[in-house]
Amino acid sequence: MGIILSGLLLGVAFGFVLERAGFGNPNKLTGQFRLTDWSVFKVMFTAIVFAAVGLMVLEHFGLVDASSLFVPPAFLGAAALGGALVGAGFAVGGYCPGTSVVGLMSGRIDAAIFLIGLLLGTVLFAGIYPSIEALTSLGEYAKADTLPDAFNISDIAINIIMIVAAVGIFILGSWMEKKFKGPVSSQEI
Amino acid sequence: MMMAIEKKVQEGPAPYMNPLLAGILLGVVLLATFVITGHGLGATGFTTRLTAWIGMYVAPVATNANDYLGGMVDEGKPLNAWISWQVFGLAIGALISAFLARRIQFKLDGGKFLGGSKRPWTALIGGILAGFGARVAAGCTSGLGLSGAAVLSLAGFTFLGTFFAVGLLMSRFMKEGQ
Repeated sequence: MGIILSGLLLGVAFGFVLERAGFGNPNKLTGQFRLTDWSVFKVMFTAIVFAAVGLMVLEHFGLVDASSLFVPPAFLGAAALGGALVGAGFAVGGYCPGTSVVGLMSGRIDAAIFLIGLLLGTVLFAGIYPSIEALTSLGEYAKADTLPDAFNISDIAINIIMIVAAVGIFILGSWMEKKFKGPVSSQEI
Repeated sequence: MMMAIEKKVQEGPAPYMNPLLAGILLGVVLLATFVITGHGLGATGFTTRLTAWIGMYVAPVATNANDYLGGMVDEGKPLNAWISWQVFGLAIGALISAFLARRIQFKLDGGKFLGGSKRPWTALIGGILAGFGARVAAGCTSGLGLSGAAVLSLAGFTFLGTFFAVGLLMSRFMKEGQ
């Protein structure tokens, strides 16, 4: 499949599902951090577990070559610092980069402002890049890039642990949502 | 006729999808992306290229000389990449879904929990933090968190860990507005 067609089709499906889940709504998204709406955890963990198990099964039958998949390098300090900044941006701004596009397409002006901020943050980073270049390769873990390699356990074991964790998140999340007023609905202003 | 019109007016936005179902569908899309392209889904790969593209016109000399963005404008087409088409598709998919569910509404949203009347500022500052942070980590919630965790990478789980920890902490300090 050409890169234009595969990018467009997979992108359309990605955007469609994110909007269906309510992930263009900053009140719903940040409800995860107030612990009143657990949709972000539920959707993300389900997707991660589904894809991880799916890849494991496809690899087992030789339909996917594990070595051909992109695995981000283990610059764990950079990942931790970047994750902290994106998390702070999410809590303050109400979106992450992908969901701000969904917010914009459903008419949200604050999402457009967030996207302008996103570009400004990129300009800021590029502007001071030579002096902070070291941050992007901070804390490299040289021994392994993946959980199975780092802890020397099988991917089946990791996937079973993740499935159990995901079930736990659904139980805990639904219990906490009930304690509050339930998850944020599409009718709330 | 009147009844049909009344019915249309009464129909508000459709409810959001069940999170388990949405999660499975997102998992299907993510898995398909890995099978077809060898990598996952993303967002800031595009916004970084967009920054380089805008820089080409607004400040061509500085952009060309920039150590981070210069490489992307070398061939003159910084937007020419798979991720640009994917984010373009993302926007179209979100638009179709929001339209079909009657959830398109022009408004400044999120003020209730994020700064009240200062909502434009929280949106801008949040965007700057996320934009900067995504470049430090070389990925965002989709590109490194979601896609990186699906291949069981240490970087992906590390990103998700600090993302949620700091998000939980920061949201304690957000002022609820009127």
